[in-house]
Amino acid sequence: MLQIFKKEVNLFFSSIIGYISIGVFLLATWMLCWFLPSDSNNIFDFGYATLDSFFYWSPIIFFFLVPAITMRTFSEEFRTGTIETLFTKPLSDWQIILGKYLACWFLLLLALLPTVVYVYTVYHFASPVGNIDLGATIGSYIGLWAMGGVFVAIGLFASSVSSNQIASFIIAFFLSIFFYLAFQSIADFKLFYARLDSFIQQLGIQYHYESISRGVVDTRDVVYFFSLIAFFLFLTQIMLERKRW
Amino acid sequence: MSITVQNLTKIYGSQKAVNNISFEINKGEIVGFLGQNGAGKSTTMKMITCFLPPTSGTASVSGYNIETHPDEVRQRIGYLPEHNPLYTEMYIREYLEFVGGLHKIGDLPKRIDEIIEKVGLGKERKKLIGQLSKGYRQRVGLAQAMLHNPDVLILDEPTSGLDPIQLEEIRTVIKEIGKEKTIMLSTHIMQEVEAICDRIIIINQGEIVADNATQLIKSNFENEHHEKSIMVELLETIKPEDWQGLKVAKARLVKDRIWLLQTQDDKRAQVFQYVVQKGWTILSMYEEKSKLEDVFKEITTQASSHQTQKN
Repeated sequence: MLQIFKKEVNLFFSSIIGYISIGVFLLATWMLCWFLPSDSNNIFDFGYATLDSFFYWSPIIFFFLVPAITMRTFSEEFRTGTIETLFTKPLSDWQIILGKYLACWFLLLLALLPTVVYVYTVYHFASPVGNIDLGATIGSYIGLWAMGGVFVAIGLFASSVSSNQIASFIIAFFLSIFFYLAFQSIADFKLFYARLDSFIQQLGIQYHYESISRGVVDTRDVVYFFSLIAFFLFLTQIMLERKRW
Repeated sequence: MSITVQNLTKIYGSQKAVNNISFEINKGEIVGFLGQNGAGKSTTMKMITCFLPPTSGTASVSGYNIETHPDEVRQRIGYLPEHNPLYTEMYIREYLEFVGGLHKIGDLPKRIDEIIEKVGLGKERKKLIGQLSKGYRQRVGLAQAMLHNPDVLILDEPTSGLDPIQLEEIRTVIKEIGKEKTIMLSTHIMQEVEAICDRIIIINQGEIVADNATQLIKSNFENEHHEKSIMVELLETIKPEDWQGLKVAKARLVKDRIWLLQTQDDKRAQVFQYVVQKGWTILSMYEEKSKLEDVFKEITTQASSHQTQKN
């Protein structure tokens, strides 16, 4: 598993896609949070010393970033046939899947790491200095990373569906958007009883992301994220199984 | 017994890719697995290497069953898949380190140096795999397959797409390895089998149609076909009727003044005397040996017509 992890991280940085996707992520969050004027979503215009705008924009940028990281994981192995080498080495399917999964999640962490500079900046802009809600910020980071974990699982599954990277990207993109927004939107229509609406709302990622972002790590949210991750990794395993019949 | 295959069958949908084949390969043998494209060579190899599960039947490698002990089998097998898939963005060494890590090889750097030397990658060792020519990539594929010092090597068309010089080099490497290991290699090039293999298994439409020592398959074929072919090159231009004095089954002009005479047994002496008696001059004369290619063609077409009759 460690070998697969190392290989994935190395391969990611040996192709230009790796640098581009992380670079674009940082550039986009930086522009959206600090420069582009938008209704109260720019940190300076917001009036309070918070990173809310960063945590508002990040999920949206994740829709692009995560599929860009995950699209090659299985698709490329299928296309070039290297999956045959992996399958005929003493490795279980789960070692392959978890190795790749953890590698992509780790890469996402690497992309998030430089944004700590934003926290530092806002910390010093605050009046008095340091007057920001660090608990909520840390909670938001955890939420962001956990949500990223779900997106990575979705991306891995999408990559195992097709040997075409572009197709994998598009599948991952739409599945991520669906799981993030769709349930919330359905609930917002208030079509059903309040309890059913709230149940539907809780199926979506957005609800749990916002819940963790408040700075309280609730076990229900943790369980939700882990079960969604497990669900997509199991689907991935089924897809791999089907490749070798 | 290095490889034992028992009643192995693979069915894709309604198509029988491999139909109930059985064979055994002894330790130290180099076996050529011969067949046309789509005959079931790769499928059989993929089942032996635990890539595809068989529909029915089973196989074992060095005594370990592919279904009950797949990890032991994988540890004891070196496999070079068809088209030799590689990570082109990796350096040779980086790739071998990755593969070595998967096999948990002790003292990996030393082993990698050894194997790079063995397959003749010394000059190219600092390169990216993507920068290598096809012949050198094939060597990386072989290195990858042999790195963990497996008992059995399974090579799926190891020489396809190489130029004649690379071909010769890779064959030498394979022969060299074959001194210590059991090798099963698939190919559709006859000269290759003749050059490398001790034994041939011919497969056609998923069934084994011949399995014997290379020499034996050839001589059996020759015995079945008593006709001898003699090529004679003459100085003079003559007509087919001119051969009537000599009792030959058939005389055919192959090219310019080269004649192909088919006779029941070796009649070279009579041909010589006949030509002298006629006052012609022989420039060259030789008996044409049946080529393995003819044997292969004959066996597979016979088998095909037989198989269609059966169906």
